[in-house]
Amino acid sequence: MTPILQAQNVSKIYDMGTTKIEALLGVDIEIGRGEFVAIVGKSGSGKSTLMHILGLLDTPTEGEVILNGINTKGMSEKQLAQVRNSEIGFVFQSFNLLQRTTVLDNVILPLKYSSVPSSEWEKKAKEMIEIVGLQDRLKNKSNELSGGQKQRVAIARAMVNDPSMILADEPTGNLDTKTGEEIINNFLKLNSQGKTIVLVTHDDELAQIAQRKIILKDGCVVK
Amino acid sequence: MIYVPETIKSAFSALALNKIRTFLTMLGVIIGVFSVVSLVAVVQGFENYITDQFDALGSNLILVTPGIGEGQDPSRAFMGNKLSLKNIDAINLYVGDKISAVTPSVRIAKTAEYKTKTYASTVVGGTYQSYSIYGLETESGTYYTKSDDSKKANVAFISSDVKKELFGDRNPLGEKIKIENTSFEVVGVAKPKGGTFDDRIFIPDTTLKTAFNVEVLSSIAVKAKEGQDPEELMREIKVALLKDMRVDDFSVVTQKDVLSSIDQILGVLSSALAAVAGISLLVGGIGIMNIMLVSVTERTQEIGLRKALGATSKNIGRQFLTEAVVISIGGGVVGLLLGYLATLAVSSFIRATIPWWAVVLAMGFSIFVGIVFGTYPALSAGKKDPIEALRFE
Repeated sequence: MTPILQAQNVSKIYDMGTTKIEALLGVDIEIGRGEFVAIVGKSGSGKSTLMHILGLLDTPTEGEVILNGINTKGMSEKQLAQVRNSEIGFVFQSFNLLQRTTVLDNVILPLKYSSVPSSEWEKKAKEMIEIVGLQDRLKNKSNELSGGQKQRVAIARAMVNDPSMILADEPTGNLDTKTGEEIINNFLKLNSQGKTIVLVTHDDELAQIAQRKIILKDGCVVK
Repeated sequence: MIYVPETIKSAFSALALNKIRTFLTMLGVIIGVFSVVSLVAVVQGFENYITDQFDALGSNLILVTPGIGEGQDPSRAFMGNKLSLKNIDAINLYVGDKISAVTPSVRIAKTAEYKTKTYASTVVGGTYQSYSIYGLETESGTYYTKSDDSKKANVAFISSDVKKELFGDRNPLGEKIKIENTSFEVVGVAKPKGGTFDDRIFIPDTTLKTAFNVEVLSSIAVKAKEGQDPEELMREIKVALLKDMRVDDFSVVTQKDVLSSIDQILGVLSSALAAVAGISLLVGGIGIMNIMLVSVTERTQEIGLRKALGATSKNIGRQFLTEAVVISIGGGVVGLLLGYLATLAVSSFIRATIPWWAVVLAMGFSIFVGIVFGTYPALSAGKKDPIEALRFE
């Protein structure tokens, strides 16, 4: 199993002047291609910091992150943005769709920052919207959708650039149980098609659906 | 890749989300550009008006006007008007061989009547020579003659607008028009000349003095012979007039003098107006910056999201800068359009024209304002940390 994501000896230390806060300490993680992994931890365990670092939104104080064979250490802001765009699909707890913007335009958004020519944007976005079953809501504005529909748009958006992995941060946190299950089913389906999925959650029960759990406590991997 | 047209398109859709706010932000620039354009157009209109007047008079004209010596109260020019027919005799005596025509000019505003129609016109009294001095041309009939002058004949040569208003399509020759109880026989009609020349009624100055009891002359107009230097002739006329009058009782000017002093006044007026309009554009720019800063804060989460999805600081900055520039250009275009409509609205009073440089200046300045006042908000948008921005509620 080729690793798609490796975090080697990753530490994140916030220097607050007199005190230093160690959010992550020597974290080693390896996630294989096609795996469904849950990163679990209580609030304050460092899982958000880890997610930001794995998502290349933040850089570690020490250690390095290798994504799909690309070592991201020392990359410029522009390079990191490019890697985020092509290799990572984000799904957030609060959906983070563009307000009062159509489903189609929301899904097109990552393509605007990619090397995909604009003539193909609509076609690609429509394919993804069909996968999440919202083809009849293409022209609906994001604020006209239910929570579950919003999250499905976010999944389509995460998938549109065909990234190496999907990084989902509490994707069911704002949804009722039934809708949450539907969203999880979406992830399972994508995983069965070979997509690597990293689910970050505090919910142990939810984490059960993953093939493997990485448990964080006080900035260290305990299991 | 995100291309320029795409950036502009997304700027439009972002601005469309807050239509009223966008419009109000634009309003500053709209008012700025509108005032630049319409004020410049009106000043240009004055300039056109004056040039028209002088073009109509011809270039070798010298005017003797009452009063205004150095440092004098201008009101004395009218109160102490000492211009008289004696001055004309002096001019004929001293420089008669160098001039082709001379006429006193007396102007009074009067209403002319023909049957039921009336027309507010300027009655101009002059000798038969005033025809060539004013550069008039005849449409029909003739100008009044030297003998009409000496006989104080009640005859009138009317301009095109007077003819149109009083007679319409009828032939006015031989008809009588009434000006303040005195009847005048129309002997000729002038070809249209443009400007205020077309609302005049020309009658012999001798007739005018008797009929309306006017004593003083408004001015004396002298036409130099071909080849005479107007400046030189001007000095000689001054010397001739000094026999009868003191130096501050009159002034002698050529058309060039009048034009250049008017140009100077209009120049100062234009710059003052441009400065005021410039300030209003500046205020408009501050409005843009203010709203863009609000917009950056409001859309912090969107910025974080875009960054997470692969936007660079440059992409984000460019997006916000484009929005600011779209607002300012939009304001510029609307302002220009309103300015154009304003010049159309006043076109019946004054031939206002928008010079090309005013269009370039107004548009250039509004783009400049958009860039200058959009840069800081754009930079602060680009600088936002994606993590902080995503967390922002």
